[in-house]
Amino acid sequence: MSTIKKVLILGSGALKIGEAGEFDYSGSQALKALKEENIETILINPNIATVQTSEKLADKIYFLPVTPYFAEKVIQKEQPQGILLAFGGQTALNCGIELYKNKTLEKHNVRVLGTSIQSIMDTEDRENFVHKLDEINVKTPRSIAVNSTEAAIKAVRKLNYPVIIRAAYTLGGQGSGFCNNDSELRTLASKAFSYSGQILVEESHKGWKEVEYEVVRDEYDNCITVCNMENFDPLGIHTGESIVVAPSQTLSNSEYHKLRQLSIKIIRHIGIVGECNVQYALDPHSEDYRVIEVNARLSRSSALASKATGYPLAFVAAKLALGFSLPEIKNAVTKTTSAFFEPSLDYIVCKIPRWDLNKFLGVSKEIGSSMKSVGEVMAIGRSFEEAIQKGLRMIGQAMHGFVGNKDIEINDFEKELSQPTDMRIFVISMAMQNGWSVEKIYEKTKIDRWFLEKLQNIYTLNNKLEEASSLDDLPVALLRKAKQSGFSDFQIARSVYKDDFSGSDEEIMAVRQHRYNNNIRPVVKQIDTLAAEYPAQTNYLYLTYNGQSHDIDYESDDRSVIVLGSGAYRIGSSVEFDWCSVNALETVKEEGYRSVMINYNPETVSTDYDICDRLYFDELSFERTLDIIELETPKGVVVSVGGQIPNNLAMRLYRQNVNILGTSPLSIDRAENRYKFSKMLDELEVDQPEWKELSSIEDIFTFTAKVGFPVIIRPSYVLSGAAMNIVSNAEELEHFLELAANVSKKYPVVVSRFMENTKEIEMDAVASNGRVMAYAISEHIEFAGVHSGDATMMFPPQKVYVETIRRIKKITNRIAEELNICGPFNIQYLARDNDIKVIECNLRASRSFPFVSKVLKTNFITLATKIMLDIPVEKPDKSLFDLEYIGVKAPQFSFSRLAKADPVLGVDMSSTGEVGCIGEDYYEAILKSMLSVGYTIPEKNILLSTGPPRSKIELLNSAKLLKEKGYHLFATKGTAGFLLSHDIEATVLHWPDSEKSPNTVDYIRQHKIDLVINIPKDLTKDELYNDYHIRRTAVDHNIPLITNARLASAFIIAFCRYSMDDITIKSWDEYTIT
Amino acid sequence: MQETSDARLILEDGTIFEGFSFGYNGSVAGEVVFNTAMTGYPESLTDPSYKGQILTLTYPLVGNYGVPGSAKENEMLKHFESEQVHISALIISDYSFKYNHWNAELSLDDWLRKNKVPGIYGIDTRALTKLIREKGSMPAKVIIKGQDCDFFDPNTQNLVKEVSIDHKKIYGSGKHKILLIDCGVKNNIIRYFLQKDSTVIRVPWDYNFFDEDYDGLFISNGPGNPEMCTETIRNLALAMQQDKPIFGICLGHQLMALASGGKTYKLKYGHRSHNQPVILEGTKRAFITSQNHGYAVNDQSLSDDWEAWFTNINDDTNEGIKHKTKPFCTVQFHPEASSGPTDTDYLFDEFIKLL
Repeated sequence: MSTIKKVLILGSGALKIGEAGEFDYSGSQALKALKEENIETILINPNIATVQTSEKLADKIYFLPVTPYFAEKVIQKEQPQGILLAFGGQTALNCGIELYKNKTLEKHNVRVLGTSIQSIMDTEDRENFVHKLDEINVKTPRSIAVNSTEAAIKAVRKLNYPVIIRAAYTLGGQGSGFCNNDSELRTLASKAFSYSGQILVEESHKGWKEVEYEVVRDEYDNCITVCNMENFDPLGIHTGESIVVAPSQTLSNSEYHKLRQLSIKIIRHIGIVGECNVQYALDPHSEDYRVIEVNARLSRSSALASKATGYPLAFVAAKLALGFSLPEIKNAVTKTTSAFFEPSLDYIVCKIPRWDLNKFLGVSKEIGSSMKSVGEVMAIGRSFEEAIQKGLRMIGQAMHGFVGNKDIEINDFEKELSQPTDMRIFVISMAMQNGWSVEKIYEKTKIDRWFLEKLQNIYTLNNKLEEASSLDDLPVALLRKAKQSGFSDFQIARSVYKDDFSGSDEEIMAVRQHRYNNNIRPVVKQIDTLAAEYPAQTNYLYLTYNGQSHDIDYESDDRSVIVLGSGAYRIGSSVEFDWCSVNALETVKEEGYRSVMINYNPETVSTDYDICDRLYFDELSFERTLDIIELETPKGVVVSVGGQIPNNLAMRLYRQNVNILGTSPLSIDRAENRYKFSKMLDELEVDQPEWKELSSIEDIFTFTAKVGFPVIIRPSYVLSGAAMNIVSNAEELEHFLELAANVSKKYPVVVSRFMENTKEIEMDAVASNGRVMAYAISEHIEFAGVHSGDATMMFPPQKVYVETIRRIKKITNRIAEELNICGPFNIQYLARDNDIKVIECNLRASRSFPFVSKVLKTNFITLATKIMLDIPVEKPDKSLFDLEYIGVKAPQFSFSRLAKADPVLGVDMSSTGEVGCIGEDYYEAILKSMLSVGYTIPEKNILLSTGPPRSKIELLNSAKLLKEKGYHLFATKGTAGFLLSHDIEATVLHWPDSEKSPNTVDYIRQHKIDLVINIPKDLTKDELYNDYHIRRTAVDHNIPLITNARLASAFIIAFCRYSMDDITIKSWDEYTIT
Repeated sequence: MQETSDARLILEDGTIFEGFSFGYNGSVAGEVVFNTAMTGYPESLTDPSYKGQILTLTYPLVGNYGVPGSAKENEMLKHFESEQVHISALIISDYSFKYNHWNAELSLDDWLRKNKVPGIYGIDTRALTKLIREKGSMPAKVIIKGQDCDFFDPNTQNLVKEVSIDHKKIYGSGKHKILLIDCGVKNNIIRYFLQKDSTVIRVPWDYNFFDEDYDGLFISNGPGNPEMCTETIRNLALAMQQDKPIFGICLGHQLMALASGGKTYKLKYGHRSHNQPVILEGTKRAFITSQNHGYAVNDQSLSDDWEAWFTNINDDTNEGIKHKTKPFCTVQFHPEASSGPTDTDYLFDEFIKLL
């Protein structure tokens, strides 16, 4: 223990599908644990929006790619004695294994703390893993590799049906499937052999229960299982795609403890020091089991388990890595008992994934063995009905619970139930409404009948609610039962008022009043890890109707400040708002107020109970927020740091006389409401792109005739199949309108002129009583048309006229003054020459707040929070003109996880995360940030397919540069011709559909290409077959792909100017502001 | 769905909890205690140590996997800890009327009814638990449909007498002869011995066993105040004069302490859970244990021949004692688990090794 003074921690980089905010949480906890022991910490993580990359946690932060190359550079410079690999997901683990294999760690005398690399490799390598568990007679699914159909049949004799067969060495599950008998096997096997010479025949446990255990071990061989979790969906659906409950609900004591004992046997045999996760398949008809997987690191499940139990797994794992024993560590919740115990829950938690598949073109909606969800929620209740209904509201897909939703059209229940999609649970609800019995649904889904019966309870209860003709007609016992079963006032109102229900707050408040008249109110309960066995000072809370008394006494001292969090991570709202929330809470606390958080996302740091004075792990709904406000009687509520969910609540809470801190909700409304905002801009004489809300097709044509193409069309409500789009000509417009057939008075569309070749500039700022106190102007590398969340941003701006900046500042001041802004805000501008237009204004923190705050070294949220609390502030003295370095923020895409999705950028956001890196100049910063999101400097071959004439010209100089640098260029026919006409030689590769060789897709598949630049010809959804195939093949084969000409050009110049060795290795604090 | 409350839990301090009745339709009195385990109600409810107690489960969702059937193995019910339900009444929050499990044959509701044990659901069990934690376990009564009854404190009774067998019974035919003093033994203790090549000679709590042929002596768990078992304590004091190995669990541990001159006392609200951490004295080795006891051994009161063996990490209470020279050792927790974690079942092997 004593030899370790300095430790390197690897982060997980940008958020992506399968590796998201949970690692900000685990990394932050590890940093806290190390700090407590006075160990100096070095962190590598390019994810600038995370909490772990904030000032107070790590001693040194490197915004660099988490790769062996950069890790070695940092090790050389910092000379740490130890390294922690378990806190940054698979990214950190892979990097660590590489550092071990190439002997970097040995060379620099860096000790791996916690679980040894050998143990990690034993769990990562399938063959080692099976072998290792065989040694202790623990069962894993058996599989046999065969080279012929006959051998496959023979293999099944050993394994028994059903089996799953997989073609070896193929991508995307080509040639794999389930077989139940010889004839199915013959058919599938012969198909599989057309993909590959070898197939794997594996015993299938599809339909078995899936159960996980989180296990902890210290170096003295003390073991505990902190939590077990049971998947609602049986095996066959990835645990990240499944609804999960904790603790397990359908396991008997004998099953529970059999698997627990096995987990301990496994963790001992593998030799984990710290935390690991064991996943089981459990036969629903016996105690037979298989171990599916062991993760020798903190994981999404461990983050969930920590939040589900209150047991800080990552914190404890970090302490164990330093050599502490479990009994020596204190239980962080009770503070009186030890960390060597197994939490006892007196509630049930329910995790539900959040998908955003609608954002992607062409993606398959089916859920299965690979992960597609982008976030998750955790709901806590004292009945399953209560927890699941809360959770279904939390996922934020406009659902109100298991029932009371708009009907979904389902053509084929049988197929929808047996081949589940992201709508799975709502399909079950619709099936019940259509008379399907629990037994029939079970047959199709294999979801344990216990869960289905509970869902049936909700359905039945709703039918009873519908029998009431008015609130007064509703039996009080029934109303209470409904609340205990997780019904919201909205659901109750909808069932009672039926067709008369308009969804207004008045109707919802009427139910509330009626409840109060009958004394039906929720109670607040603590999560204390020991089911109330010992007194606990815990501030970790949830609300339930299954109880009669509160666990805490309220002070009513006007000292509480409630901060509304950001909810489930989704495309467009993720860790950046968690950073904002955490910083707001810290400021509230520092200023002597009681900081109160409401949020329900288990992946976040803001839901770590040591972040605030009180944490309500509960819904951010109108109803629940009011419940908590009534209990806390706060000084006020902060709605401007958690993204759009709290922002949308501002006006509704204001109408209920809630004190909203900061900018008045009336102003928020003026910025959110297009009419009001537009009128205000006109009055302020601020320019904006011409736009109109239109409710008939004729009107749309009249408008386009006036302003010309292209135009952006965004439906006010999401219509099926037609999201926001850019339309370039009359033909495309007609096609779009066909998709959005129901444009009407009720469903109008907003059409605005789309400005081509225009820069997009963002203003992030903080104002106090209408006066701007701090601001940051960033510039997009891509031209307008790429969603700001998918754009690459530089700060400070490098290619913007000083006059433009001056004008933007002026307009910002005018808007801030007019709206009397008091807190954070963001305005998006379009700029061509010095012509400035305002596109959007949000009176809340934006996605780029952490990025600009960290680059400028001025915490915008701290400043904004102080202003909202009426604390006098000084204007910070740092200005973007003083910076001697550049920050670049780059998006991270997860297209490889989303089979068939077109990896192209448009006006709708599709990135799942981002990084922010700092460089000496623009190009160095771009290079670092692009390397951080998975690009590599190409070795030799680059494929160009540069699309429309404009982008061809845009990329001409870059192509020349590549040639000079000795790169070999390949190009599609038109591009090659264009290049040749400018004396640049390129080898022609044929289009995918020509089937001629040399063919583009063959070259990509054979990994003969190191970088693909494919610029779409236009931005319509009718993307040509060819371009789509080039892009998709590149993604499927892990070849870097760029689809924007300006970004491609910037990247090319960057790597032609800088080699890897030229990249400076500097920590954040080494970049100084003069 | 029931419209109105038809069941009440009334505590001696006057607190009333209202809920809904399930199981047997009849009122009963006893001592109200809580258990924080999240699984294992069929095992807990048949644990004789709960004799006379009204059991509150802090885990709110109960009945999910029903109750297994009455298959027998080695003349014992295979899935239960004794031949009948021993609790006086069951208090829970949310009852699962529909259960599902491959091994289940009836619902918890039906099982309680069959065993004439009343239950109440719809109770704020967390609030009740906090109250017990603050005021201690106390007499209480479960009133179903208004049929009143008197309070009753089971700790004034010799409960062991009620749960012990009345005649000697022999299980198995293994090499090691274990004489088992039944103070309310759990079946799983017998099962463990039988797995380890033993013959178990099960005798009543007050049995004079000195004429029996045995290799090792075992004193079982059981209900109530250990001081009530004067006959057992007397017999144990005699047995300790010999050198044959002795092992005791729970009440057996307390009785050994008393027999060796030590003292026991009543804990405020006992240990009833699956997650009690104990540490092996003088080491960094710790174990998660299953426990169910209301009384404890005062390790300051032990004679010089004895030393503390295990200690509870949460509250420093004694969890095991060991004789300094002779092969006598006992534990407060339940190495046989059932229900609960099996981390300390190696203690059975250690005992067998002594024989």
